[in-house]
This record gives sequence, C-alpha cells and structure tokens, in this order.
Amino acid sequence: MNVVSKVLLETKGLTKSFGGNIAVNNIDFSLPEGKIRAVIGPNGAGKTTLVSLICGRIFPTTGNIYYQANDITTWPSHVRARRGIVYTFQVTSIYKNLSCFDNVAVAVQRTADKTTRRSIADKVEHALASVSLANEANKLASELPYGHQRLLEVAMTLALTPSILILDEPTQGLAQGEIEELEKLIRSISANTTVLLIEHNMPFVLRLAECISVMNHGTLIAQGTAAEISNNAQVQQVYLGGNPSSHPGA
Amino acid sequence: MHICIIVVLFLLRFWLPDYHQTNLARIMVLATYAIGFNILFGYTGLMSLGHAMFFAAGMYGTGLSIYYLEFGAISGFFIGVVAASVWAAVFASFALRTSGVSFLIVTMMFGQAAYLIILYFNEITLGDQGFTLSNTIKSIDIGNAKFALADKDTKFIVAWIIFSVCFVISLILVNSRFGRSMIAVRENEERTKLLGYNTYLTKLIALTISGAIAGAAGATYALLFSYVGASFAAILHSISPLLWTLLGGAGTILGPLLGTGIMFYLIDISSGFTSSYLLVVGAVLLVLVLYFPKGIMGTVRDKWLRGLP
Repeated sequence: MNVVSKVLLETKGLTKSFGGNIAVNNIDFSLPEGKIRAVIGPNGAGKTTLVSLICGRIFPTTGNIYYQANDITTWPSHVRARRGIVYTFQVTSIYKNLSCFDNVAVAVQRTADKTTRRSIADKVEHALASVSLANEANKLASELPYGHQRLLEVAMTLALTPSILILDEPTQGLAQGEIEELEKLIRSISANTTVLLIEHNMPFVLRLAECISVMNHGTLIAQGTAAEISNNAQVQQVYLGGNPSSHPGA
Repeated sequence: MHICIIVVLFLLRFWLPDYHQTNLARIMVLATYAIGFNILFGYTGLMSLGHAMFFAAGMYGTGLSIYYLEFGAISGFFIGVVAASVWAAVFASFALRTSGVSFLIVTMMFGQAAYLIILYFNEITLGDQGFTLSNTIKSIDIGNAKFALADKDTKFIVAWIIFSVCFVISLILVNSRFGRSMIAVRENEERTKLLGYNTYLTKLIALTISGAIAGAAGATYALLFSYVGASFAAILHSISPLLWTLLGGAGTILGPLLGTGIMFYLIDISSGFTSSYLLVVGAVLLVLVLYFPKGIMGTVRDKWLRGLP
C-alpha cells in the first residue's frame, strides 16, 4: 500500500439546502485515487444529495468541488461525465425500451475513438460480457430481471472508462447471490477505477470499502477504516447499534 | 425495404389516374412535412404544436422571394429551406430552455405569434388571402430545360424527389450515431446526460433538422400548388402532422407517409358523403388511440418486425 495517495476529488464547505431544509451541511470530503470508498448513514442523512452534487445532477448552495485540480463546481453534468465522473442511479436508470445492446452502445459510441459499426459492436459485447450479460444483448432491457438491469447500468457506466464510479445503493433490491456477484465485480472494477459507494447494506460495505465515511443530518460525523468505524461510539449510536433500518433509501 | 417503397411510389405514377396522381403528389409533400415532425416528436421525444411556423417559413421564404424578387424555382426553394432552418435553430435556442409541457406550450405560443405576424404584415404577405405564384413563375428551369409547374408529371416528380430525399435523410439519420443519441434523449434524458451527452445540443440539432425538412415541404408546396397563404401557419396545420404521425406510427420511418396518406383519403372520401367529415376522422382517431396507441407501423413493429427503424 502506498502511504500517500493522490486526492482525486475534493469538496470544500459543500452545502445544499432545499428551502429551509439543509440536506448537505458544510462538508469537506476528499476522495483519494484508486480506492473503494463508502459513504454510509441512516435514511435522509444526505448521502444521495452529496453524490448528486459531485456528479452535477444538482448544484450546491455554497461551497466548491475540485477534481484533478480543477474547480468543477459550475460544470454541467455531461461535462463531468466526459471527464470521468460517472454515476449509477439509486433507482436503476436505463433505456427500458431499447435492447441491452443499444443501451450499452449509447455509452460506447460516445467514448470510442474508432466509430465503425464493427468496433462499437465489439466494445458493447466486451462490456456486456464483463457483467455476464453477453447472452442477453438482443433482449429489451425491460425484459431483464431487476438484478440484471442493475448490472446493465453498471456495464453502461463501465463502457465510459470512468476515473470515479459512483454507485448509489447498488445492492438495493438484489438477492444474496447477486450481491456476491456484484461484490466480485466491484473489486475487479476497483483495480483501475476509484469507486465511491453509497450503501445501506453494512456487511457489504464492511467487506468492500477501504475507507468509510459516515453521514448523519447532512454532516460527516466519522471517517476511517471498517474496523475504526465499527468501533466508533458515535457511529454505533446513530447508525449501527441504534435502530438499523431494513428499509433502503435516502 | 424502404428503398422499395420509394420505387413503388414512383411506379404508381404510371398506374394511377390523373386525379389520384395529383393527390399522391400532395400526400408526398405533406408526408415530407410529417417526416420532419417525426424526427423531433417520434425520435427525440419532443412534442411541438408550432410546426406550422417552419412549414410557413419555407413556404413564405420561397413564395416571397419568387413573388417580389423574381427568384427562380430552385433558388427560391433554397431560400425557403434556409429561412426555415435558421428560424428553427434560433427558436430552438430559446424554446429548449424548457421541457415537457412547458416546451409544448412555448412551441404553440411561438406558432401563434408567427401566424399573427403573417396577418399583421398583410401588405407584404397579403394576409389571409395569400397570393398565387402561377403568374410569376411557370416553370422550373434547369439549364435550358424548362419543366412546366402546371404539368401534373412535373408536380409528381418534384414531390417524389423531395419526399425521397427527406425520407432517405431520415432513414440515415435514425441509423446514425446521432440518431442513437436522439433516441437516448427520448428514452431517458437524465441518463443520457450522465453518460456525457450534451442533450441540449442533441435536441437543438434535431429541432433544426426537423424544421428544415418541414420548411422544405412548405417550399415545395408553394411551388407545386402555387398558393401561399396564412392558413398554412395556423394552429390546425400544426396539429395535422401530429395526427398523421400518430396514425402512421411515431418513431417509425414509414409512419408519416402511411398516416398522411390514410388521413388524406379518409377526409377525401368521407367529405364526399357528409359535410361533417371531421366526425369520421374523430371516430377513426378514437379507435386508433384505444386499440393502436403506437400507430400502425408501431404496432407492426411490436408484433412482427422488431428491428424496424
């Protein structure tokens, strides 16, 4: 393990309020390159709001976001995606009426240097194979079971060769077997991509993440390794030991 | 298969009686208008109720330049198409700041404004009455060859050429990478943005192409049927391509032609029996909405031909 890894993305004093409700309150968060980092917290803690600010779906009330030494606070979401900040939605967002092939092709054709039909098709097949959906290429996305739809979305985002992949509640709605598959997949992705995981499923996070941040009421209350977080009294109070909700969300 | 359709349309000329041949020429021009509409509505997922202004921009661009400036048919045609394209691009840069229902309303308001502007400047446009071009321009001149515009064969062949070109353009467009990004915007704009597409630009280009094709239809209409009038900018003329496209199948290449043809003959035949022919049209539309919500070609695609563009 290298001792000091480069900071890929950083937020300074990031705040977002909706009306009077402060969803994200003055957050300084930094994401080192090449790690699996998780953000956890109870429902309504502001996790999704935080990553929505990072990927540009919404803009902060105050504060700044820096990425690879650029201030990207005002960049629109499509520019951030082009530069490598890629997001998968909490509620799977795919093109349901298109075939799996076309779903991935939309992503592939944007990044491909070679734009021939053949080279796009090769890359699509490769991306689908990486999530074990190669045989479903001609099916409509809506015909896939939910777990596979999630994987399809991951395949689309992987096709963009992201430098930061944000996974918002990826285990939500998946069966235990599928979660294990997903875990393997995320490990293999993290070999050359920084992964930011928003999760509710604690065992999953504790197994995967090298560093965990805990949010509550819009602020970061703790940060550390899996062991440190499990032993942190404050965290246990608000999240782990308190009232673990089986209801996914936030 | 799509090329066969174009060939068959051309061959129909030798088989149809004169009356139907002229009808078919008119249908092809109006279907071109619907093709333009379908690029925006069917493939990009943006519903416009102001498309008549692009048709009218083409029509008046061509008509006024011929009527006042004595342009030839071909140069007049290009003026019309350029006018419609420029207007579509300018309009798009405003209107695309909105989306969904607000976009629909903005298109309708601009469409009405365009209609009223034509009436307001009635000294130039001759307002409601409009003007005819048959005294000003009698033929399309290519080199030394002259093709009389009053001739039914000229009408048919010009309509067929314009239709075929726009038909093929729409086919190529939809199968291109840009076409895929248009469909992606239609299916899920948020996802498309987060895949790194500038969806505003995609919609702007789609609207400009759509307006240009609608303008080409308007320009051709002015030339072939020799009449330029404000009724072509009215709201009813914005709704028509929506109905034609819905009937034929939005988001299909053949839908606009099929829908325009069926609606044209539906009105033609039913108005021979009764003056309340719109009642018949309404009944057909009800059946359509209830049993074929995706239109004729949309249903065909779902049931039999999955890969149909």
